[in-house]
Amino acid sequence: MQASDEINHSCGLCHIELQDVSVRLDNETLLSDVSLHIHCGELTVLVGPNGGGKTTLLRAMLRQVPFEGKILHLDEHGKPFSTMRTGYVPQQLHFDKQMPLTVRDLLSSALSKRPVWTGIGAKTRQQVLEALALAQAEALIDKRLGALSGGELQRVLLALALTPTPDLLILDEPVSGVDHNGQALFLDTVSALRRQKHLAILMVSHDWVLVQEYADQVALIDRTVLYVGSASEVFGSAAFATAFPHTHGTGKAS
Amino acid sequence: METVYKVMDTLLPFPIFSMQFMKNALLALLLLTPLLALFGTMAVNQRMAFFSDALGHSALAGAGLGMLLGIGSLQVSLIVFGLLWALLISQINRKGGASADTNISVFSSTGIAMGLVLLSQSGSFSKYSSLLVGDVLAIAPGDLLWLLVSLALGLLCWLLLFNHLLLSAVNPQLAQSRGVKTRLVEDAFVCLVAIAVMLSIRWVGVLLINALLILPAAAARNISRSTPQHALFSVLISLLSGVIGLIAAYHLGTSVGAAVVLCAAAFYVLSLLARRVLHIAT
Repeated sequence: MQASDEINHSCGLCHIELQDVSVRLDNETLLSDVSLHIHCGELTVLVGPNGGGKTTLLRAMLRQVPFEGKILHLDEHGKPFSTMRTGYVPQQLHFDKQMPLTVRDLLSSALSKRPVWTGIGAKTRQQVLEALALAQAEALIDKRLGALSGGELQRVLLALALTPTPDLLILDEPVSGVDHNGQALFLDTVSALRRQKHLAILMVSHDWVLVQEYADQVALIDRTVLYVGSASEVFGSAAFATAFPHTHGTGKAS
Repeated sequence: METVYKVMDTLLPFPIFSMQFMKNALLALLLLTPLLALFGTMAVNQRMAFFSDALGHSALAGAGLGMLLGIGSLQVSLIVFGLLWALLISQINRKGGASADTNISVFSSTGIAMGLVLLSQSGSFSKYSSLLVGDVLAIAPGDLLWLLVSLALGLLCWLLLFNHLLLSAVNPQLAQSRGVKTRLVEDAFVCLVAIAVMLSIRWVGVLLINALLILPAAAARNISRSTPQHALFSVLISLLSGVIGLIAAYHLGTSVGAAVVLCAAAFYVLSLLARRVLHIAT
């Protein structure tokens, strides 16, 4: 675990540190003693079998489920910040596709105090455009949310998650069900942003090819952290072979 | 009040509005319908039409319990019971178990049955039967003041609550990730709906109240692309239905509430046609 040793030492940047995070629900242990460093400017990918607690870990980080242990946002000297702002792009947003709601309406309801039904001012519209520009989605501003394609919707949600700029960006299988072109556009945008904005990014993915291409660090999770390292290291590990017995080598499903 | 009537005489120099009870009824409808129409936009988006129906039916139980406990004011019993009932339904829906429509149906029929048992106990149901259909022509200036105050408070809450409510309606997890307290916001909304429904029920009636909440918003949804349009069209349709319904009821000598609802239903049909013709959904 050479890469993981390197990451565990100070790399001179701020990072998010999970210390012995456990989640129990109705006497069932969903996650136990998860410890992980997520560095700014890096894309960390969570992989693991279904039901292995990946989504539970994300929900703990979003403070949507109670957990034991600590989730800290530390500066380059290892001192904790008082706040950690989290942006979240859900997996295939479930919503009422018929709702009379434009992209502009959704973003201004999150970014502005003025109630959306009273109309949207020029200043808020500008703010919304700036947010959409982060995810190359300005052209979608006046489209109805229910009329967007899968890839377009994910870029709108990315724009929302990036405004205001978060410390940690959480992506839960953001491109499953998105066509190839949309996947590349989404992940290229995210990749560029991690450096530009010094974002720590945590993504869940099952697409080994994309993981290989984009991940800086991969964590294999099944109830706890089984292995941390580069994509090649994780895919080549014994733990990975045990977790995914029908997958060989660098992850082409057999 | 005299000043208001004088202004109305100048603005509406028609014989139909020369009588004071017609002026009062018009004012009542102009105060009631837009608030219900605004709340309705969210009730429709949140798929709460059946919920608000059950809530309206519980007014009978509220009136019955109020009588049993010797609460002097019918309006107070209606509101207090409506709030409790609304929170209870949403709490039980959250806990899961049966599906929401089953839960709500149970509450709806329980509310009606409780009301009928309590109100017909002393053979005095006829005294309360006006609750079923309501009578906006019987509204007094004092009641109008109440409606005005509640319209103002309702609007204020709607201004403060709306954006968080909209985010929760799109997707609760997404809303939570942006710091929205979704449960609190949703509870506040059902309370607002409960209060608006219970304030209107004496004038519109248990049987028709839900139509005023749902129909204008449902019609407006058919012809709207955006949230501001949805609110605007819903309010316009509700105001037009209110005025046209009142005038039609006067000329036909029939129930005002029912005429208003029929107007709103006609707007709903028109909106369906307009949606087809104008291809609004894209």
